[in-house]
Amino acid sequence: MSETLSSTSRPAASPPPEPGSASRSLAIARLRDLALVPAIIAVAIVGSIVNPVFLSTDNIINVLQSMSEIAIVVLAQTIVLITGKMDLSLESTFGLAPGIAAWLVVDPALTRGLGLDVLPEVWAVPVVLLVGALVGAFNGLLIVRFGLNGFVVTLGMLIVLRGLLTGISGGQTFFALPESMTYLGSATWSGVPASIWLSLLLFAGGVVVLGYTRAGRALYAIGGNADAARAAGIRTDRVLWIALIVASVLAALAGLLISGRLAAVPAAQGTGAIFQVFAAAVIGGVSLNGGKGSVFGAFTGVLLLFMIINVLTLAGVPAQWTNFLNGTVILVALVVSRITGGKAQT
Amino acid sequence: MSASPAGPTDGLVAADQPVVEAVNITKRFGSTLALSEAGIVVRRGETHALVGRNGAGKSTLVGILTGLQAADHGTVAFDGRPAPPLGDRDAWRRRVACVYQKSTIIDTLTVAENLFLNRHARGPAGLIRWARLRRQAEQLLAQWSVEVDVRQPASTLSVEQRQFVEIARALSFGARFIILDEPTAQLDGAGINRLFTRIRDLRAQGVTFLFISHHLQEIYEICDQVTVFRDARHIVTAPVAQLSRPALVAAMTGEEVTMSEVDHRPLPTDAPVLLSVRDLVTTSGAELSVEARSGEVVGIAGGGGSGKVEVAEAIVGLTRPVGGTVVVAGRTLRPGSVPDSLAAGVGLVPQDRHREGLVPLLSIAENVTMTVPERVGRRGLISPSRRDALARDTIADLAIKASGPHVPVSDLSGGNQQKVVMGRALASDPKLLVLITPTAGVDVRSKQTLLGVVDEARRRGTTVLVVSDELDDLRICDRVLVMFQGRVVREMTHGWSDNDLVAAMEGVDLHHV
Repeated sequence: MSETLSSTSRPAASPPPEPGSASRSLAIARLRDLALVPAIIAVAIVGSIVNPVFLSTDNIINVLQSMSEIAIVVLAQTIVLITGKMDLSLESTFGLAPGIAAWLVVDPALTRGLGLDVLPEVWAVPVVLLVGALVGAFNGLLIVRFGLNGFVVTLGMLIVLRGLLTGISGGQTFFALPESMTYLGSATWSGVPASIWLSLLLFAGGVVVLGYTRAGRALYAIGGNADAARAAGIRTDRVLWIALIVASVLAALAGLLISGRLAAVPAAQGTGAIFQVFAAAVIGGVSLNGGKGSVFGAFTGVLLLFMIINVLTLAGVPAQWTNFLNGTVILVALVVSRITGGKAQT
Repeated sequence: MSASPAGPTDGLVAADQPVVEAVNITKRFGSTLALSEAGIVVRRGETHALVGRNGAGKSTLVGILTGLQAADHGTVAFDGRPAPPLGDRDAWRRRVACVYQKSTIIDTLTVAENLFLNRHARGPAGLIRWARLRRQAEQLLAQWSVEVDVRQPASTLSVEQRQFVEIARALSFGARFIILDEPTAQLDGAGINRLFTRIRDLRAQGVTFLFISHHLQEIYEICDQVTVFRDARHIVTAPVAQLSRPALVAAMTGEEVTMSEVDHRPLPTDAPVLLSVRDLVTTSGAELSVEARSGEVVGIAGGGGSGKVEVAEAIVGLTRPVGGTVVVAGRTLRPGSVPDSLAAGVGLVPQDRHREGLVPLLSIAENVTMTVPERVGRRGLISPSRRDALARDTIADLAIKASGPHVPVSDLSGGNQQKVVMGRALASDPKLLVLITPTAGVDVRSKQTLLGVVDEARRRGTTVLVVSDELDDLRICDRVLVMFQGRVVREMTHGWSDNDLVAAMEGVDLHHV
């Protein structure tokens, strides 16, 4: 038993830490949530210097709307990451769910042969969410039930689902969407686009669920130490399964919002978005190893990312350079969090 | 050797029912008999020690007493009532808790949340009330005098604080019977003292402990009763005060199954010194100085935490020592460099074959020749035919059960995997062979083969260092250095008695009891 301990696996038996160091690490833990706030303020100041338009209401709404759909996918990914898994297929669900709904309801007579017109229009939104739930359930079947590696499973799903959307659409764009599908993405509630309200509401809900319910805390426990979570009576498999389904439904909803905003579902909707999603989550302090991170942190991550993109646009940086700068922002954010957090961001 | 379940002098109980009573427990894992009609009775308020050598069945018994495993035969009763069904985890948690060596604290959560995981205090809307949860956690820790800030993340806790938090959590479920599985293994002396103070305090408050430890002096310090298991059987239960240390050691070791005796011809007096370790100090503070001659087999024995593995890893360069030199056949090894020690002619069987010994998906041939690319290739390119020829020799020499050199190592049994590791250590015709727990987890036949190979190597003039706490491994040694808490405390020449050696590993001197 004990002779299997070696110098490498043996934690040092240290005396109890001093009260001062404990309260200090406590303060850091609390501040971690707010770690990006100074950066956001700094970007806001720089932005307003670069172009006074930056802080105008119109521009702020513009930033919030442009990030609202991706932000919901970030929320979805955060839920999965906290359990210690990851879901790459969210970007394909983001395109496929509204794509399937459009395929089933649009009239081929109006869209040059695209679509089947087999379902009445009222089914469009339920179908979007149902497709999301089915994708999540299938991911859960492979990852939770069969114990396959989550990265590989969802990578496969990413390709399969993208291929499915390309197949049913023939690589073309669904348009002439029913009003029920475009409403959420294009409506304005009290002068602010509904998609902003919706994403903010979902984030607020996420903060409450992950911070203040046993189910939410179970996600953290599983990501931190699945065996210990099981020992505490948490049904780890069921929680994981539900987390994957909720994430896919959120991604489907986000896809519905962007389809509504653009009044179309292109075959490539969401392609490549997963990188931005991961970047936002990781910058926001969500650990890829699970157990660490918060919904609020993830929100600040995605906000910072889109603010920087907006500032670059306002500064007149050519669009060709946006990706280069995006990548640079991600790397710099990782280095900064390594320095301030003391530990490697993983 | 007979069981005496009723402790005659235990004044703490009278007509009271025992906290736990396990009778005639039998448990098999495949063909292995883990427990054979074994049992234990723990009475209220006592601190009961469970001792036995590795494989004696202690862990299996703990699994059965905590409801993680079902016994094949036999009954478990708590307070005179039959144990709850295995599925009813809550009922088990109200009766018994075990603090394992492997912590069940979740690092990323706060101490308060760890204490009340999945039973958080909730308000009317089902939302967690963090302030109340923190207060509850503070009250709980205050009740059992654990001084830890409940708001800090659990990752900041020290090993002993984790144990205290786990004990407090167990008590909060209502359990008043707690199993401590080698709680002192990762603690230093001061930490052990604090743990013992805590155990005594809790005992005064009516908590019963089952204490598992390899360190006999701790049992004499803290326990009232002791139960000894050996080879899956219950050997004896007695009050600690009535069982002398030699009797306890004898009960633990019993009659060993003797391995085929190797002949211990005295070394030729002119055999050159091949290995010279001077003032080696490891990062964990273990120290060793030793000289060994060509053809000599030197054992380094000791329990967990004795530092025997650390010094061996420092000798072969797996870890970088803080100080000291290692000279092999006149060549001073570069500290912390495995390539340098390989070049100097050191062969190693590492402690954990899964982690450091083998690449499981590669073939036997590739694993065996991994350290000797120059012997199987020419001009930097590996010749498959030469490699396979070398592997075939190894398979034949070590009687590895495999259809050929191309079988992946992952398809082999544990004993045959260990033979591959040994084959690799021997592939370079080493001048010094360092074997760290070479027969851990292998069956008797493979053990004989492996130890026979060692004997052959020494006949060829190789110096062998056997680092182990298995008596069978140490029996082939010309002399054994016994380490305890990082120091060599005894040196025993061939012909030692088992009891003396076990006692020395446990830090007890039988001649001064």
